[in-house]
Amino acid sequence: MNFQLTKEQEFVRKMVRKFAENEVEPIAADIDKEHRFPVETVAKMRDYGLLGVPFPKEYGGAGGDHIAYAITVEELSRVCASTGVICSAHTSLCGWPLFAYGTKEQKEKYLIPVAKGEKLGAFGLTEPNAGTDASSQQTRAVDKGDHWELNGTKVFITNGGYADVYIIFAMTDKSKGSRGISAFIVEKDFPGFSIGKTEEKMGICASSTTELIFQNCKVPKENLLGKVGEGFKIAMTTLDGGRIGIAAQALGIAQGAFDVTVEYMKARKQFGRSLSKFQALQFEVADMKTRIEAARLLIYYAADLKDRKQKYGANAAMAKLYASETAMYVTTKCVQLHGGYGFTKDYPVERMMRDAKITEIYEGTSEVQRMVIAADVFRK
Amino acid sequence: MGLKIIVCAKQVPDTTEVKIDPVKNTLIREGVPSILNNDDANALEEALRIKDKYPDTHITVISMGPLQAKDMLIECLAMGADEAILASDRKLGGSDTWATSNALAAVIRKLGHFDIIFAGRQAIDGDTAQVGPQIAEKLGIPQVTYVSEFEMDGDTIIVKRALEDGYERIRLKMPCMLTAIKELNKPRYMTIGGIYEATKKEIPVWTAEDIGVDLNTVGLEASPTNVFRSFTPAPKGKGIMIEGDGEKELARNLLINLKAKHVI
Repeated sequence: MNFQLTKEQEFVRKMVRKFAENEVEPIAADIDKEHRFPVETVAKMRDYGLLGVPFPKEYGGAGGDHIAYAITVEELSRVCASTGVICSAHTSLCGWPLFAYGTKEQKEKYLIPVAKGEKLGAFGLTEPNAGTDASSQQTRAVDKGDHWELNGTKVFITNGGYADVYIIFAMTDKSKGSRGISAFIVEKDFPGFSIGKTEEKMGICASSTTELIFQNCKVPKENLLGKVGEGFKIAMTTLDGGRIGIAAQALGIAQGAFDVTVEYMKARKQFGRSLSKFQALQFEVADMKTRIEAARLLIYYAADLKDRKQKYGANAAMAKLYASETAMYVTTKCVQLHGGYGFTKDYPVERMMRDAKITEIYEGTSEVQRMVIAADVFRK
Repeated sequence: MGLKIIVCAKQVPDTTEVKIDPVKNTLIREGVPSILNNDDANALEEALRIKDKYPDTHITVISMGPLQAKDMLIECLAMGADEAILASDRKLGGSDTWATSNALAAVIRKLGHFDIIFAGRQAIDGDTAQVGPQIAEKLGIPQVTYVSEFEMDGDTIIVKRALEDGYERIRLKMPCMLTAIKELNKPRYMTIGGIYEATKKEIPVWTAEDIGVDLNTVGLEASPTNVFRSFTPAPKGKGIMIEGDGEKELARNLLINLKAKHVI
């Protein structure tokens, strides 16, 4: 057992923190207010290798591991959760399935530009009638001999409209249920593919969340990812890893709210002394800090298992469940500790509390995480 | 073009996080992160910009200090420098600027051919701004301090040298020493890929013997200066911008302010 980060992981934290504080934090409140996707930040993340952290150099990545990747998402989310999820959805949900299931040609054509950050990635599984019940896919893919034809609608797609490459799931054989789902690599310019409604959200307002519409969308034969019927497995294993990313996002939100609140408590005086001197409030801080540290250990442990190629699905679910509930717990308390100021947009905790909520919902709700964890318990 | 550039860098305590012991008047180093000195980051950035333009440029970062300064050199490599060398030896400890420049000049002589040496104007822990110029003197090469703009023009260099009340434009030949100020550029960050490459690179540690420096010219004993006293300067009040419509009103408002403070 070794709880020490490697030198590389420490440098990654140092670098991303500096990057986040200089390049991301100054615009975080504005892009939230304007609901503006930060294209300029994505370009900077590309230049510094933040969009391909866990992929090998030969595939355009930075050559890092999943702990370094979790640290990257955590540090970005510490100042801006929208920027954190842009990185997480791109890396975990598009880059990783290409890396794990792509053929040599698919890796050359898609993974390399995605890992380099030259192309932004997204993932389309959720449908209006297939949320937690993801296997009830209504999007269909029909083999037309020389190509696949996709018809259907995806909803709540992170990076929708800004991504160049989409991993899309569709039913290829309805009679086989979840074993009848296949995965496809879809480029933004494929005929018959368009972006639908952009969602107006409570939080992560600077990230893009859209519908994807497929109307007789032509997808080349060679863009089938994995084998026919392997789609559901690809989706589930991808989400196992994605949960590490979202857990790291939640951790970053909690840490960010915690850090600004500790500073606020030192400066804010009531009854002639600073808030940090009141024991009742100190105890709140102690509870928050304990949960944040516990979440961090769960996340890094799940990431470490993944790097060591061990089973990590239930651990990622525990990390995501605990970190997202910690993010809600901590940000709610941080707003309370700020009093009336915390309810205004003059202080970042207001944004952080709104941003925290989605981490309990996307890439598997807290209920789904509990299902995954319980299933793992009773399988043994 | 194959330029060879040497960058002098120092690991310093992050003075934005440093506190001074009110009794002993010394820096409280405990828990203070060590960083690449700010002006040195500008020096390295300018070298990296030359390398961006002429990819066959070779950048060597040199430093003198304890072994932990290797972390700062890893940062320089992760930003894009080709190699880094640390001069580290108990015999070099306690060196003042004169002794430090003797050691660094010896490192540079050992490295051999170079075209440009970049250094930061000064280190944020000592603020002397002497080591760069002293190295140039000891190597017998031209130097320009306070460089705020840099361009290559054939085989010569044109720099803008910032002064308090203006600037100079100077053309000079290589090899030369240039000291950078923060106006020169905005230093880049490390890249994630660069971090993983940098930590795999070996950073040679050269002893006093390795660099062949005269031991009577380095270290605490050989240093002609020593710190007499350190203290925290009393904080200055905030400045006031006098406002007013036109020169007459500005002058009048200035007089009102001065009178109110009983200066006149």
